[in-house]
Amino acid sequence: MNVPDDLLYTETHEWIKREGDNVRVGITDHAQSELTDVVYVDLPKMDRQANAREAIAVVESVKAASDIYAPVKGKVVEVNKALEADPGLINREPFGQGWIFVLKIDNAEDLKQLRDAAAYKKQIS
Amino acid sequence: MSDGAQKTTPLYDEHVRRGAKIIPFGGWMMPVQYTSIMEEHRAVRKDIGMFDISHMGQLIVDGSGARDWLNTMLTNNIDKLDVGTGQYTFLLNDAGGIIDDLIAYRIGAEKFLLVVNASRTDEDFAWLDRHRANDADLKNRSKDFGGVAIQGPRVVDLFHALLGGHVDLPPRNHIVDLELDGSPLSIARTGYTGEDGVEVFFRAEDAAKFWNTVLEKGDKLGIKPCGLGARDTLRLEMCYPLNGSDLSPERNPIEAGLGFFVDLTKPKFTGREVLLKMKENGPPHKLAAFRMEGKVPPPRPHYPVFNNGERVGEVTSGTLSPSLNYGIGMAYVSASHAKIGSNIEIEIRGQKFPATIEKKPLYKKS
Repeated sequence: MNVPDDLLYTETHEWIKREGDNVRVGITDHAQSELTDVVYVDLPKMDRQANAREAIAVVESVKAASDIYAPVKGKVVEVNKALEADPGLINREPFGQGWIFVLKIDNAEDLKQLRDAAAYKKQIS
Repeated sequence: MSDGAQKTTPLYDEHVRRGAKIIPFGGWMMPVQYTSIMEEHRAVRKDIGMFDISHMGQLIVDGSGARDWLNTMLTNNIDKLDVGTGQYTFLLNDAGGIIDDLIAYRIGAEKFLLVVNASRTDEDFAWLDRHRANDADLKNRSKDFGGVAIQGPRVVDLFHALLGGHVDLPPRNHIVDLELDGSPLSIARTGYTGEDGVEVFFRAEDAAKFWNTVLEKGDKLGIKPCGLGARDTLRLEMCYPLNGSDLSPERNPIEAGLGFFVDLTKPKFTGREVLLKMKENGPPHKLAAFRMEGKVPPPRPHYPVFNNGERVGEVTSGTLSPSLNYGIGMAYVSASHAKIGSNIEIEIRGQKFPATIEKKPLYKKS
């Protein structure tokens, strides 16, 4: 299972990519493989505030609906509209075109709470 | 992977070896998918797919009074069965509620095979045993048999490749016994997908060999091993009910719209009085099929159903239909809102989305 070294991770299978004051968030290869075919994505509302570990998006597979959590406190500044037309991007490119939202983070220190690739690999092994 | 509490079928090792994703289902460790529910679903609609159904239960009823007794236990009329044929039927409790839905095959003058739902096998056996007539005998043979469902438009081609061109499959709802490489097989022309297909039962020890032979012979026909995920989407497109979701001891076959499989002209069977009365007065709720309108989240079990702000029912099954590419489901809806063409709303995460009551089945082969 692919776990890129340059990303951070949550226990709930989101990946986090630091982009200056923002973080880009999606779900991991492991998560998309567990969820199976993604058929619908409920994106978060633009400009909404989110607390760490607050459910702000939903990814639906054929089988079930799964909550996606904000990894840290912040404001939603971008959402991946492409997922509305092609939710399968999450299965095909979980770390690329399948990203879900971008948060402007309140405090960069919060990122220290997240796991690195080694810790996440251990979690899913 | 398999913890002590969960049972495994004789095909479990084959599922693991071929990389299936395994989940607990009704007390069994079963493959939910091999590669993708969508791909497996399409393989069955277009070519052919094979499912492990070894978890299903097999009860044998025989003895000089088998037929008369069983006819008082089940809703459909067993007297209509010739030897070598089967029918869909219900086992009801005294209140007319559904203990199980099953297929009863007449495999001898006074011998019947009941193929029952995995999670209900023990309960069915206990219920039947408690009400058993002295001149009927009942055995639970579930552990001795494995089974697969082979479904899809190329099933006839597959069996010609498997058994030789001179062997014909039995007609719909018939069951025959044959041999393959010295191993006995029972083949029934039936299924749970809406496609042509068979359910095949064999000795548990022959399961892996049969599974692998079919995949090898079916390779050229595009056969795919399939999991329970595709089995569920296929059956829901056809509006075939799933016990535990659409059927339960709190619901009866009249409410479920399955009165066709209840013979109320039989003088006596468990639940008859309740069903007669409900048929006379009309059921207060009906199991209705619906489709979502527009690009909205797929419906799921337990989502509330509304009409003009009034709650009128609850979803029992729902998914995104892989064949139709929109959300579909079934729900118990108050009878006045269950008419075909009625507009309803499904509440999903606090928001109401439009849906329409549709005719069953939701999917029709073009």
